Amino acid sequence: MAKNKQEAVFTPIGQNHSKNGKFEKSVDLPPATRKKHTTLGLSDDDVVEMFRLMYLQRRFEERAMQMYQKGKFGGFLHLYIGQEAVSTGTVFALNDDDDIITAYRDHGWGLVRGISAREGMAELFGKATGCSKGKGGSMHFANTEQHFWGGYGIVGGHIPIGGGLAFANKYLDNGQISTCFFGDGAVDQGSLHETMNMAQLWKLPVVFVVENNGYSMGTAVKRHTVGEIYERAKGYGMKHACFNGMDALTVYENMKEIADEVREDSEPYFVEIRTYRYRGHSMSDPQKYRTKEELEEFQKTDPVERIRQYLLDKDVLEESDIEEIENKIEEEVLDAIDYAEESPSPEPEELYEDMFAGTPYFHDKK
Amino acid sequence: MAVLQFREALRDAIDEEMARDEMVFIMGEEVAEYNGAYKVTEGLLDKYGFKRVIDTPISELGFSGIGVGAAMKGLRPIVEFMTFNFAVLAADQIINHASKVRYMLGGQASVPIVFRGPNASAGQLGATHSVAYDSMYAHFPGLSVIYPSEPDDAKGLLKSAIRSEDPVLFMESEQMYGLKGEVSEEDDYIIPIGKGKIKREGDDVTIIASGKMYHVVKQAAEQLAKDGVEAEVIDPRTIKPFDIEMVIESVKKTNRCVIVDEAHPFGGLAAEAGFLIQREAFDYLDAPVQRVTLPDVCAPFAKNLFDIWLPDAKQVIEAVNTVTYRN
Repeated sequence: MAKNKQEAVFTPIGQNHSKNGKFEKSVDLPPATRKKHTTLGLSDDDVVEMFRLMYLQRRFEERAMQMYQKGKFGGFLHLYIGQEAVSTGTVFALNDDDDIITAYRDHGWGLVRGISAREGMAELFGKATGCSKGKGGSMHFANTEQHFWGGYGIVGGHIPIGGGLAFANKYLDNGQISTCFFGDGAVDQGSLHETMNMAQLWKLPVVFVVENNGYSMGTAVKRHTVGEIYERAKGYGMKHACFNGMDALTVYENMKEIADEVREDSEPYFVEIRTYRYRGHSMSDPQKYRTKEELEEFQKTDPVERIRQYLLDKDVLEESDIEEIENKIEEEVLDAIDYAEESPSPEPEELYEDMFAGTPYFHDKK
Repeated sequence: MAVLQFREALRDAIDEEMARDEMVFIMGEEVAEYNGAYKVTEGLLDKYGFKRVIDTPISELGFSGIGVGAAMKGLRPIVEFMTFNFAVLAADQIINHASKVRYMLGGQASVPIVFRGPNASAGQLGATHSVAYDSMYAHFPGLSVIYPSEPDDAKGLLKSAIRSEDPVLFMESEQMYGLKGEVSEEDDYIIPIGKGKIKREGDDVTIIASGKMYHVVKQAAEQLAKDGVEAEVIDPRTIKPFDIEMVIESVKKTNRCVIVDEAHPFGGLAAEAGFLIQREAFDYLDAPVQRVTLPDVCAPFAKNLFDIWLPDAKQVIEAVNTVTYRN
């Protein structure tokens, strides 16, 4: 007797289509560090500043989302909400002149590397006062003076460039290292593998960091890539690590060790930081690919709540101090919105500016 | 004037610029220990060492992007492709990044990089090794595209390209590396990007061609002269910026024009130059502009088919006969 033939399946089946009703999390969080900030070499002021920066990123984006929904600006808006511990822990671990480059989920990175709420919001609004003069928008925040080389919109496209920043640092022998951040979706791009091979072969001082937030747009990690992400490093003989990205102190602790080591021996590192994206991929995402239960579970590990509670538990700040910081940030963000609204749009002539560092040339321009 | 091979002129340009500026380095497949797939970089490893003459794996996307990142930090990479046919794998870095980074970051970074290597066909190499990419890259804002035909142009323009603050695609030909020509011995010989050159003067017809096609046209022009037709041959040398002024001035004199382009016909240099000529010199034209290009078909291997496929002097002469109504 011929058996009933089953239809072929290619991509593994996702949470909401699963027939066995099993709830499988898209990403498993390794435990957070148990060390106190002082043990890690951070002062009380440092950890307060960490909270301040994280709360700024959170409120900046929550307000940006409102403005977007009100139709104040167009384009894409990819929110970093839920991942703020990664950017924050990292900038504290790096030297100020170490390079950072990231993908399009870049607002948080800009805010921790010197872009003011005003310049950031104005960029979202497409204003001349924006950090990229309104030429880049949400996906292309940058502050190259402070070694933030920008957000990039082609998945995996900036990974070789991150390798190139490290190449330059080695060439110039300037003691700087480069860090290149991207999402779990970019792990599947060939550009990563070409760059990892050369980085290891050429001993480039670069840290490749996967911010594994569980989803490549709407496709869960287990549905788009094989095996554990950090294990890819093994194929290149590259040092690797995997840690919790929902706790800023854990990110700091690990990134500090890694950065010091990369600086010391000029060899690359491949890091998987596990985190979670609370919002959709972009604003137009109905999020049918994940369950409410999963989102709620990760919201219990909210990195901003966590550091806030830490400050209280360790008696670094009183509730009233924290509220004062929060109120100030709220004002800063509201002021940024006013600033963005009142700022001028780029002048029409600016369409032709910033194309060339040398002599400009525009074919057939009258 | 010294008589140099095309490859020697290129090497001199690279050598001089590497000696002049420590930020200049060259990387690509086989550029160092092998001394260059086409011997352009011969001797440079011995002279400049492993830091500045770098062999890469066959990872066009990866090493092109490393070049872009290095350029953003102030280095001046020369990225050699074994052929621009392989550079298609790096198109994301050239088209999406090198040309756009500066603009999208509001001028906060620049990308002074040269991508160079042979372009277009080189005999019976089949469909994937035979494409001319100059027009395709010229399509994108922010990229300069140079496709010189003679050693002198190659030297002066490559030096300019390396000094450019912005990305430049510099195209050569496997079949021209051994071509000899007189090269200026002027100290620090520079040819500005974007200036064409009238390589043969004539009153009867203007023929435009760059790179390898210039040599096809040269042959055709000599043949035409025997029949009493004096062609004015313009080598734009730079595809973009395109020296349209020089072309228009010539067409106003000759009233007829043939464009010879080693690309496929759709949307190529011939199409663009042809459009500009009809708009800028409409009243001066005594015949519709004609073009000689590849057909809209892949490169064949078979010798007889390949010979039909590639533009030759005979096709150029036919086109000139059409615009001069000598048919």
